[in-house]
Amino acid sequence: MTTTIYIPKDAAALALGAEKVATAVTAEIAARGLDAKIVRNGTRGMVWLETLVEVVTSQGRVAYGPVKAADVASLFDAGFLAGGAHRLSLGRVEDLPFFAKQTRLTFERCGVIDPLSLEDYRAHGGLRGLEKAVAITPADIVKTVTDSGLRGRGGAGFPTGIKWKTVHDTVADRKYIVCNADEGDSATFADRMIMEGDPFVLIEGMAIAGIATGATKGFVYIRSEYPHAIVTMTRAVEIARAAGILGAAVMGSPNAFDIEIRSGAGAYVCGEETSLLNSLEGKRGVVRAKPPLPAIEGLFGKPTVINNVISLASVPVIMDKGAEHYRDFGMGRSRGTIPVQLAGNIKHGGLFEVAFGITLGELINDIGGGTASGRPVKAVQVGGPLGAYFPASMFDTPFDYEAFAAKDGLIGHAGITVFDDTADMLKMARFAMEFCAIESCGKCTPCRIGSARGVETLDKVAAGIEPQKNLELVTDLCNTMKFGSLCALGGFTPYPVMSALTHFPEDFAPRPVAEAAE
Amino acid sequence: MIMQAQSTEIATQTRAIVEGLKGLEGPLLPILHEIQEEFGYVPQESLPVIADELNLSNAEVHGVVTFYHDYRRQPAGRHVLKLCQAEACQSMGSDAVADRIKRLLGIGFHETTLDGAVTLEPVYCLGLCACAPAAMLDGEVIGSIDENVIDEIVAEVRK
Repeated sequence: MTTTIYIPKDAAALALGAEKVATAVTAEIAARGLDAKIVRNGTRGMVWLETLVEVVTSQGRVAYGPVKAADVASLFDAGFLAGGAHRLSLGRVEDLPFFAKQTRLTFERCGVIDPLSLEDYRAHGGLRGLEKAVAITPADIVKTVTDSGLRGRGGAGFPTGIKWKTVHDTVADRKYIVCNADEGDSATFADRMIMEGDPFVLIEGMAIAGIATGATKGFVYIRSEYPHAIVTMTRAVEIARAAGILGAAVMGSPNAFDIEIRSGAGAYVCGEETSLLNSLEGKRGVVRAKPPLPAIEGLFGKPTVINNVISLASVPVIMDKGAEHYRDFGMGRSRGTIPVQLAGNIKHGGLFEVAFGITLGELINDIGGGTASGRPVKAVQVGGPLGAYFPASMFDTPFDYEAFAAKDGLIGHAGITVFDDTADMLKMARFAMEFCAIESCGKCTPCRIGSARGVETLDKVAAGIEPQKNLELVTDLCNTMKFGSLCALGGFTPYPVMSALTHFPEDFAPRPVAEAAE
Repeated sequence: MIMQAQSTEIATQTRAIVEGLKGLEGPLLPILHEIQEEFGYVPQESLPVIADELNLSNAEVHGVVTFYHDYRRQPAGRHVLKLCQAEACQSMGSDAVADRIKRLLGIGFHETTLDGAVTLEPVYCLGLCACAPAAMLDGEVIGSIDENVIDEIVAEVRK
């Protein structure tokens, strides 16, 4: 019988040498005349174990990792095709604590299946949500999504069902579904993982959104920094079209829906929904004033659902298993699961899908194993470049939209960057302003000019020039940016700056300046 | 004369690209991507052709080209090395990695070595935040960069 070996093709695995591992495994199979085949799956999300090679055995899928190309011959020598013991043996994937502690709803198939095999997708529960959706009325689909409590996973946390209902209720000759795959926040890679590891779930989610709202055309706007995701999604759309999942008759129903993949062009601000719409229209990615809401006047002036990848990819499981099944996970008004991304200076980095309510401390220390450097944690930034820096004393904060907001933070896209005690928080605050200055679309003054002045003022603080006065100026500037900016770029840059200042004031104190040599 | 011929050639090729893509909804970004793919940058000679074909003003096309970081106005080196400088990579020492590579190559960000071998650019997140610091060399991703990896990268671009 042919033995199946799984070697990930996810970008993180490739960055850690998966291609060389696959080449070496192929060569060994040929050289030893073995009966085995390689399947290129997505990643399981345990990035510190990549390249994670799995073998299908009588005990289940047995894993080895992190495998380097140089380890491959010894794996064959150890009989890994039959699950033989090796120093890289990890046992069954499902038994690994990092994996066993998760609640995988959205990422159920990611890393398990061949991303571009529709048979695999169906065999693992794929398309059941869409089959149910085509059998009920659009209003009932919208109701199911609303009842699930799903909130936009892109960062803003707006209830997905309400957005859909607005588009459903707006009469127009043409409507659009736009998937925001411009995942530009540092520490986030959930969108990339799902697009590379389970692209059909996103296609299925978008088709359901189309049927629910009467939209017939969908766009996936993927950032150009994700070339692998663009390739996989493009291919998946072609396969879905050929199989009748997309096209004039979705799953044989009277509903038409098709998808086009578009590439961004390296502008962070295009992750903001209205500038993304401008970019899709072929314009400068400048933010639009709201109202009108995109749900009423969106892409090309037509009613548009614009959702994040994870929001849309969570819809199929909600349709399949019901609103209650999803809603039963979570806490307060944060329902369901959230794919937390553990990144930066962390021992066990990767994606951890879990119900809302888990604390920051559990995630960093118990799940993530603390810092990679082994030094104490100084700060964590939750929610990307626009998220607040929290000190370890705030690790009791539960992962919940409202709990984070109450502590002047945000969950954002649920990425967590860990910093050890060597981090300089004044430098990080300055970087937040600098990043805003580089990426500002330029439309509103608080963001465009405020960020540039913010960098200058923080430089003065660092140089010890009237630090007290200049810190007051920074605080005032942050206040102006927070309340005066059109979108989250200028509006949220104050979060990292002010949280750094509030929680780590010692880093902003005058410091001894290195004397010049002359 | 040669310059003249080149710019006529660019205009002709640009027109062919635009013709193939102008049927898309909002075709400008796909067109610019295709032009950059074809020429390695977006030549100035392409802009009036695009404007003409899409019924836009030259200023509108110029505005779009200059808004996005991806579009180059001149050719890059034979290799393009993008070093991630976002927070997660910073937490793992991307500053030191960038400093070392700049020193070894003798160039700063947004610069190309004199021999045209490599262009160095910062990038803000490659989605490789759990295996930082990360980089992209000619579209290939590289994670967990340490001194050995830096030496490999520099040797590769110097080839």
